Amino acid sequence: MERRKFISGTAASATFISIGGLSLNSCQDSANKHVTILHTNDVHSHIDPFPTDHSSYPNMGGLARRATLVDQIRKENPNTLLFDAGDIFQGTPYFNFYGGELEFKLMSMLKYDAATIGNHDFDNGINGLYAQLPYASFDFLSANYDFGNTLMDSHVRPYKTYMVDGIKIGVFGLGIELAGLVTKKLYQETVYLDPIEIAQDMSRTLKEEEKCNLIICLSHLGYQYQNPQKPDDLKLAARTENIDLIIGGHTHTFLDRPTIVNNRKNQQMLVNQVGCFGINLGRIDFYFDDGKQNGAEGVSIKV
Amino acid sequence: MDLKNKHFVIITTLMFSLGCKESVPILRNIEGQRIQINYTSSPKDSIENIIAPFRNRINQVLDSVLAYAPIAISKTDGTLNSPAGNLMADIVMQEVNPVFKARTGKNIDFVLLNHGSIRSIISAGNISERTAYEIMPFENSVVIAELDGKAIRAMVSFLIKSSVPHPIAGIQIIVDKNKSLQAVNIQGKPFDENKTYYVATSDYLITGGDKMDFLKEHISLTDSDYLIRNALIDYFKKIDTLTAATDNRFIQIN
Repeated sequence: MERRKFISGTAASATFISIGGLSLNSCQDSANKHVTILHTNDVHSHIDPFPTDHSSYPNMGGLARRATLVDQIRKENPNTLLFDAGDIFQGTPYFNFYGGELEFKLMSMLKYDAATIGNHDFDNGINGLYAQLPYASFDFLSANYDFGNTLMDSHVRPYKTYMVDGIKIGVFGLGIELAGLVTKKLYQETVYLDPIEIAQDMSRTLKEEEKCNLIICLSHLGYQYQNPQKPDDLKLAARTENIDLIIGGHTHTFLDRPTIVNNRKNQQMLVNQVGCFGINLGRIDFYFDDGKQNGAEGVSIKV
Repeated sequence: MDLKNKHFVIITTLMFSLGCKESVPILRNIEGQRIQINYTSSPKDSIENIIAPFRNRINQVLDSVLAYAPIAISKTDGTLNSPAGNLMADIVMQEVNPVFKARTGKNIDFVLLNHGSIRSIISAGNISERTAYEIMPFENSVVIAELDGKAIRAMVSFLIKSSVPHPIAGIQIIVDKNKSLQAVNIQGKPFDENKTYYVATSDYLITGGDKMDFLKEHISLTDSDYLIRNALIDYFKKIDTLTAATDNRFIQIN
């Protein structure tokens, strides 16, 4: 159990509480809130479970099973959002044969809310990604890829906000540097912008302008690199503020539990990544109250 | 209700509603967990029903028998060249050269691939499209780089130093027992350092993969738009029996 420093407009909310104090009952509906965030990353077209004799992941994964699990969790808590941190494409013949059509169709059926774009999502080029968009009923979020001079222009947004049971959730996406990783012919005129600078801007916008209660970053940067110049999720967490959760991808990192990281204001936040190939589903539960409960300051994190 | 009371009701309602609306939700607890997806979750029928026709079609295509391999073909049999490597490089030469010739009027002089991109052994038995996907799951295509003598010399040094046999075809490298270079022949003729050569390789290697930096020094580059996997499939369709062996394309003499 970890505790983090408490920062918020406590004084402002306390004022309203004393005014409304006569009739606590009328406010009770909004007192305790529970938001569940589910996430996957680097599924790489793994629609079927691994074979039972597979050396690493016997009988694990499978999209139809993931659907059952997501249904159960949504039933338990309807205030659930589902995200993917990129590299939806490439890895099984489903992609080679159908170019991502089935991946997007099924993610739409599972009611994914948004995904960010991984390097392998360019494997059939910008045109190949664009061609599959009609099958995706979820949003693509990327704040640091400028698609202005590509077919994807206006089909990707930097961020989106969700109002879930009175909690405003801001979600933005970040992608990895494409030069040297993806053939230029595939990503064409997509411009990569510094993810950490962009994240600083995004988190400010979401906190101050959009007044979000919860801020989530979908990152395909990778969990950790030794090279101090190469952005990763841990560096991103340490150099930004107001982000509550980074959902990572790219490095296929199987974290047993989310990593607790101190941000640049020395507040604790979470970085998570659940491996690859749809073997795991990440689940983060956020519990809110309306700030009336005494002065016990801080957030308890149980991972 | 007289006017006075009405006002009171409106004002208190306003105050209460304000009080509720403006209360700022405070994050108190976070719980995180990783849920493994396994046999304990039964597959959802409506999802399975969507997948089934896609899966059936893929299996139908992938499992149609194209050829037969009497013995397994591996990239780890042999030190300086391997059966699987020789097969891959020879297939690229045979299948891609007509495309290159049609586009440029020139011939591929030799082929260079990388050991690491042969992702699977070819087991003895039936050969299908699935075999090609197992050997080459990536979407890499063949590109033809024009290299000068200096770059080719660097390539030969790289291949001699390499701890694994990278697939080659159309070029012969002979080293002595100390691994000193004795001869390089391209298309059966001694290597001429003053000439340029057309080298078929993969778009992965040309963009810096496997540290084959000499490929960056190319004079010109031609895309074949031919996936390596498709070259394998096209070859499998043409033959009945699939065999491969080590030979003398890269040898050490005493």
